[in-house]
Order: sequence, then C-alpha cells, then structure tokens
Amino acid sequence: MSLHDLFRRWPLMRQILDGGDGTGPEAESAGTRALRARILDPGVRVARSICPYCGVGCGQLIFVKNEKITAIEGDPASPISGGCLCPKGAASHQLLTHAGRLTQILYRAPRATTWQPLALERAMDMVAERVWASRSRTFVRHDPAGRPIGHTTAIAHLGGATLDNEENYLIKKLFSAGLGMVCVSNQARV
Amino acid sequence: MAQQDLVNSDLILIQGSSMAEAHPVGFRFVVQARERGATVIHVDPRFSRTSAMSDIWAPIRAGSDLIFLGALIRHVIETGRCFRDYVVHYTNASMLLREDFRDTEDLDGLFSGWDPATRRYDPATWQYAGGRDPSLEDPRCVFQVLRRHFARYTPELVERSCGIKKDLFLRIADALCANSGPERTSAICYAVGWTQHTKGVQVIRAAAILQLLLGNVGRPGGGILALRGHASIQGSTDIPTLYNILPGYMPMPGPEDATLADYLRRHTWPAGGFAELPAYLVSYLKATYGEAATPANDFGFGYLPRIVRDHSHLCFFTEMADGKVEGLFVMGQNPAVSGQHARLERKALARLKWLVVRDLVEIETATFWRDSPEVARGELDPASIDTEVFLFPAAGHAEKAGTFTNTQRLLQWREKAVDPPGDARSEAWFVIQLGRRLKAMAQESDDPRDAPLRALAWDWPVGQDSPAEEEMTAVLKEVNGRDLTTGKLLPGYGALRDDGSTSSGCWIYCGVFPEEGQNLAAGREARGPYGHGWGFAWPEDRRILYNRASARPDGRPWSERKRLVWWDESERRWTGLDQPDFVATKPPDYAPPPGARGLAALPGDAPFVMRPDGLGWIFVPSGLVDGPLPAHYEAIESVVRNPLYVHAATNPAVNRFERADNPLAAPLDPRFPYVLTTYRLTEHHTAGGMSRYLPWLAELQPTFFCELSPELAAELGIAHGGWVTVVTLRAAVEARALITRRMRPLTIDGRTVHQVAMPFHWGHAGLVTGDVANDLIPLLGEPNVTIHESKALVCTLWPGRRPEGKAFLELLERLGRGEAK
Repeated sequence: MSLHDLFRRWPLMRQILDGGDGTGPEAESAGTRALRARILDPGVRVARSICPYCGVGCGQLIFVKNEKITAIEGDPASPISGGCLCPKGAASHQLLTHAGRLTQILYRAPRATTWQPLALERAMDMVAERVWASRSRTFVRHDPAGRPIGHTTAIAHLGGATLDNEENYLIKKLFSAGLGMVCVSNQARV
Repeated sequence: MAQQDLVNSDLILIQGSSMAEAHPVGFRFVVQARERGATVIHVDPRFSRTSAMSDIWAPIRAGSDLIFLGALIRHVIETGRCFRDYVVHYTNASMLLREDFRDTEDLDGLFSGWDPATRRYDPATWQYAGGRDPSLEDPRCVFQVLRRHFARYTPELVERSCGIKKDLFLRIADALCANSGPERTSAICYAVGWTQHTKGVQVIRAAAILQLLLGNVGRPGGGILALRGHASIQGSTDIPTLYNILPGYMPMPGPEDATLADYLRRHTWPAGGFAELPAYLVSYLKATYGEAATPANDFGFGYLPRIVRDHSHLCFFTEMADGKVEGLFVMGQNPAVSGQHARLERKALARLKWLVVRDLVEIETATFWRDSPEVARGELDPASIDTEVFLFPAAGHAEKAGTFTNTQRLLQWREKAVDPPGDARSEAWFVIQLGRRLKAMAQESDDPRDAPLRALAWDWPVGQDSPAEEEMTAVLKEVNGRDLTTGKLLPGYGALRDDGSTSSGCWIYCGVFPEEGQNLAAGREARGPYGHGWGFAWPEDRRILYNRASARPDGRPWSERKRLVWWDESERRWTGLDQPDFVATKPPDYAPPPGARGLAALPGDAPFVMRPDGLGWIFVPSGLVDGPLPAHYEAIESVVRNPLYVHAATNPAVNRFERADNPLAAPLDPRFPYVLTTYRLTEHHTAGGMSRYLPWLAELQPTFFCELSPELAAELGIAHGGWVTVVTLRAAVEARALITRRMRPLTIDGRTVHQVAMPFHWGHAGLVTGDVANDLIPLLGEPNVTIHESKALVCTLWPGRRPEGKAFLELLERLGRGEAK
C-alpha cells in the first residue's frame, strides 16, 4: 500500500476530505472492511426456488456450500416478490434445518405406546402389502344396478396443496387410475 | 387476475381476506396501487393489518357478506351505474328466461324446481327461453330478473343485518361505481373468508355478478383475484388430488358412463371451452395408460374408477369414524388440527387399520394414538387403538425439483438445491416406488380388477436415490404432452387430438414444456407488465383471463388508459400487453356460420370463451346445485334470523351430516349468543407443521388466543391475557384472551351482537402448543363442492380454563341435552 493510500485511510483524513461525521465509512476497521455475506463465499452455488408457504409464490434463492444449505434469501428478479419474503418465507432455512426435522421412518405397531424405527425399503414393502390387502378386501366391481365401477372407498388419500404438481399428478395417476381409489382430497376442500 | 395487476386498479375491495396478513408480499401491489391514488377498502369482522393499510374499514357481521354484495348489485342497477355496453354485449343480461321460472322473491328463499324429497333442484325452469332483449327492459330478461331478485337488498338492510352504517355502505358503493367503467377499473380480492360458508360458492357468484355489471372482468386492474392459501393449492386443483375431477377440470366418470362415447356425449359442450373435451380426455388416457390405451378398448376409459357419491374429505372421515375405511395416506396435511370438528377426525383415525403420514415433522395426525387430547382425557386408550402408523420423513421444497402453481395460475419450477437428509424422500419418489411394487404384484395376478394397474404407464427415469432434477422433468413433460407419432413435445392444447395420436396429462398445462430443453416454468426473465418470460401461466401463458373483454366489440380498447389487448387490423390478429385469451386470428366481427362447433361457434365479440355462449354468466342456467342466482342464507348456526327469507332461511341443499356426534345449535339458541369466526396469522401457516416447530416463528406467535372486544370482556369479566374458554356444542377450547378495540360490537336488528375471532394454528405438538380451534366447528358441507363452514358459527365464552378429563365430556353431554353449562 502506498503512502498516499495509507494517508487516505486515516479516519481523520477521510473525515476531512469526504465530509463525514466520524460514524460512516471513514471509521470502518479492516475487519469490517473484510466482511462478506456468506452467500458470496467461494464455492457457494445457488438454486432458484419458490417459497413453500402461501400462494403468492415468492422467488427464493437457495445458497448451498458443501452440500448444505447455508442461507435462503428472496429472489430480487421475481416480478411477484421483488426479493421480499414474509416472516414464514424468511424462516425457510430453519424449516429445512431445525432440530425437530424427521430423518428416519417411525413405525407404530397396533396397540403400541411408542415409535420404533423402520428401514426405508422394509417400510415401503409393508405399505405396499397393506394397500394390496385392503384393496383386495374392499374392491367393488359393480354397483347394485350391475354397472362397472371398479373402485374402493376403503383406502383414502389426503394431501396436495403443499406438494408439487408432478407429485399430485403421480398420486392421482397411481391411486385413482391405477388402484381405483376414489376417496382423494386435499386442502382445497377443508 | 395477476397479483402485479393490482397496481393498475383504481379501487381495490378486500373482503373475506386479510391480504396483508395472509399474502403479505402480494399485498405490496395493493400498497403500490394506493400510492398511485387507488382507494383501498377492507370489509371484515376484524380490524387487522390489512385494515390499517386501507382507506376504509367496514366491520361486518361474519356470514352476512351476501347481503352486502347483493346491496352493491342493487345499488349499481338502481343508480344506473352499470357499464352498459359491456353488460349488453359481453354478459347474458339480455337473455330471456322461461315464463315458469320462479325466484327466491316468489318462493320465500327457494327457486322453482325444488324437490324436498331429494333436496335438489331440477334446473329445467332455469334454462334460457330463447331470444334476447338488448334493451334490458323485458321483464323476463336476466337483467330484470336480477333486479327483482336483489330489490330488497337495500342500504337499510345492510345497516340492520350486516352492521355497516348506511352512509358508510353508500360511500363504498359510490366509490366502487366511480372507479369502474371504460376509464377506470376496480378489483376484488377474496380468500376463504368468503368461501368457507355453506353458501360459499354463491358468495363468489355475487362478486362475479357485481364485477360483470361494472365491466371489470378481463380488464387491467379489474376483476376478481382469488387469494389461494398454499404454495400449490391451485396446482392441486388443476392436477387434482380431488375426487370429482380429472386433470384440467374434466369430470370424473360415474357408473352411467359405461363407455367413452357415453361420457363424451354427456360432458362435451357444443361450443366454448369444453367443446374439445374428447381431445383432452383421450390425450389424458394415453398419458395414463400409454400403449395399453387403444381405440379398441376406449383408450382404457373402462379402467378409470367411477365415483358414486360425495367422496370428499368430510364424507370419508365420517365413513372412517364409522369403521368403513381401512387405510389412509396423509401427505403434507394435518387433519388432526385443520380438520373440521377435529375431535371427530382424530377419533376417526383410531378406527383405521393403517395410516401412512408423510411430513417434515411429527405432526399431530401422526401421534393421535399417543398425545391427542382424546388420549390425554382418557377418551381413547392407546392400548386399544389397533391402527398401524407409518411416519415417513418427507423432502422439503429445496430438496426436490418440480413446479408449484401459485394463486395467479403461474407455474414456477423449483431447482433442486440438495438431497433430503437421511431417509427423507420426496412424495414423487415414494409414489413411484410404491407404484412399482404394486405393479409387480399386479403382474402376478390375472384378476381383471388389477388390469388398470397392469396397464398404467409407470416408466419413470428414477432410481433408488432421490430423483435428480432432470429426472423430474420427465413428469412435467408427460403432463405437457407429446405427439405420439413423432415423440415431440406439444406447444399447446390446440394440438391435442381425440384419435390416440397425442398424450397430455393435463390439457391446461400443455405448452409449459413446448420443446426439449424449454421448460417455460423455469423461465426467469420477466418482460413487460405481466412478467412474461418468468414462469408459465395456464392456459397458453395468458396472464389475465378473458382479456378480450378489455376491448370493445369492434376490437379497439375501451380506453387508452385501460388498454390490454386489441385487434390489429393490419396484422389481422389480436395483440397487446398479454397473450390474447381468444383465438388470435378471429376478427371482432366474426359471425359463426350455421353448424359451427367449438371455439368456431363463438362470435368475435364473445370474450368468455369457457362458456358455451361466450358470455359472462350473470344468471347461471346450469352447473350449480343451489341456484342460478345468489341469495342470502344465514349460516347454519346463527345468532339472527334471516331478514329476507323465512321458509328457506339457510341453504336448503346443504349436507348437515346428520349424526349424533355432529350436534348443531338451533338458530338463536340463547346459550350461544356470540358469532365466532376463525382466521390466520402471518407468522403461522395452516395447521402448524411448518411453523410451530420453528423457533423463529414460534417465538413470534407463541400463544393460542381469542380476540374479543373490551365491551364483551367487561360483560363477562374476562381480563386481557387471562384464560377464556370458548364453547360450542362440539367442544370447549381454552385460549388467552386478547382484548382489543379491533373487535367491534355490532348493532344488528337493534340489538348488540358480539363477535369473537380465533386463529386456528395450534395443536398438541411442536415447540408451542395449544388447543385446536377447529374442534369447535361442526361438519357441514356446501352443496356444490362440499366446502365447510368455519367462518361463521355461534359460541359462548366463559372466563377461565376449560374442564379436563371426564368433566369435559360431561359438559358436552349436558350441552347436548339442552342444558346451559
């Protein structure tokens, strides 16, 4: 650094030359000057996403470092949200990383008073078996007038407004068009 | 409407919504409109942040919105402030009705055609008679029928029954009129404060009539913005996890639809939007059953299950309570808290053989067998609950790629940032893997019952790991659709065919992925006032529906100030600031030739292209179960008598779920003198699974409370911050009393009526817990869509905490027998 730069950095000189009052950039320490938002760290990548809470659809930028989300900010480019997030959207990082988040399957046996852990593949097999068994027991081929109806009303599904379109598509496709489940509903009703 | 379009509004009426609280970032556009000189009006039982940012707040009796809207309609008509040219050309106001049509004015709350045995209308007398009167003077024309229908919805009635002073009502009505017409437009924003009533559909209808009379629909800054509540609730009705529709709002088949031809004959329209239903349905069947769908087997139409009654949430939960449901999947929903008559729903869960819950956290629905209030008070004993429960950890929004559709029909793609933790997986992964297992089981079977499963096209490029982003585009591409002869993606629903040569999982989404590598939902370069280039709005990226109505019949804008789309004579096409919601090359003076079908049957000056006649329907001849015009019915539980109709004081077609465990208070039951309504807070989200477990949000709103006025608090001896117990025939819940002037006593029919309001977010799990507000609410089903009634009911309040254990149950038994406490 040249003598000139050193001179220029002196808070007193900056105040005199720039007309500051001693509380502005002229008082910045080297430590403060070196601070960077962690979203600008090297090795950070950004995914463009949308807030999962209400129906406004605010844009979100998901900052990732070492395969961990380090921050979630609003997306300034969104014509809907302009970078803003409400308290819920602003808490999205915590939504995904808080201590109460489930990471393994929990299973409650009939009449049990506690959970027990269950492996993923085993759980999937058990669910498939129960779906198959309930469907076999309760499938109705014809109505009392003899007309084909091919359905079961003894297996139901709830959910959808918080899910992706692709997920709702897969659910409706498998559950209704494949299995014949007609009791399907989501938050649009109730 | 697009949310951004609100900046173009000259007046914004927010009702049945507290937009600043429930859609905070969208509310910025309301603030911007106000800064540009717009008038903002909030009509709501509570003074909230929305009211604080409005020019006018009118406190209203919960459940009386139809009186208010009907009075606005009457005011517009009687003061001659309709947008006349718009009404005559673009609505069915001039259509003539039959001589034998009878209105609620003639039949004391009923329309002609009511059958008390079936509790349903025969709409034959509601049909057009043929012919029109463009002068709008014929006593049988829709306009005059409308006028007579709302004649008694006066400003005086609004004062008497809504609690809004006549002068204030007239100020609002005049402001709305002054800000509508060729040079100015007004917008109405609403949410579930309008829909969650046993007459909810008709409330929306009244707003639609008002906006059609004022010529606001399809115009910049004008019309109606439905504020939907969840990230993709719009998407979940477009691609419906709902029982009665197929993707793109096609009806689910019933037993009477034995063949594809039967179904298409019943549901295809001669003109307008569903004239091309065959192409949409066959393309959907090809997407669903792939190569197993052929012309020889009706494209697999016989594989679809038939619906035989109302299979919606409230109905199957009562069947569950009666032991008729074996298994339930719950994915990203929490009925133990958000369900109506939530006690009944929690107890119903205990009758299941098995329950699969998928969520981010241990929600109340997953732990009903261990921690529910029913277990705590000894009503349910875990050792007697046979239900097997599987709780699967779910992937969060940043851990899976896919689209949400927001409240303005905009699809926005989300990139996948990271994999979900541990064994957490997305719903897509779960359903794909489950489907593979079930298909394998179906392969081992030759039972015809399993043919649909064998036929199901289920070939996804997803492995054992969490799906990669690219893999999820395969689903969106199937939804978009392909030309099956070339394999190419399709650019729009106009390319769909009914001969099996095209597929599309959802016709209204066709065009979101028009070419390989072109995911329009992932577009992030907004251009122009409506953000084209950012996301994809269905259909065909039209941002303002019915925008043809922003131009005159001759194709010129109604005014320069309010131009949106217009006819370009030199290019011979519609052009403007939005994609035209119209056949682009159809000239304004196009007259359909005789025998024309589909969109070709609609003239060049008929903007409402989803209607068979291309007109905005002020009067609805068919399609609604409870009447062609909205009439004010009281909430099923009300503290006042219907001031307009005696014979049919409540919606006659309502499903009351008459069962012993669903007691309803008789009108004016003196034990329940207060009006109760429920609402949402900014800092919590629905049933709390995404907010009550987060320290930041829990800290902002830790406590379940009940808002009441100082006057009511003084009457009852309730202290601010003290405990108050809110009681209905279904439950007693305790909350902290929030005494505030934001709740106002109203003068209704000369007497004081108090209202209380409660946010509904709390349950027994999470960092902050509380009683479940929805335990208070009865099971009631609006007749068209089975929406519930949580926005207006009756209650009483007692200072102090509620009874526990057996004392709680004994209290409800005494109340059920007619005792007072």
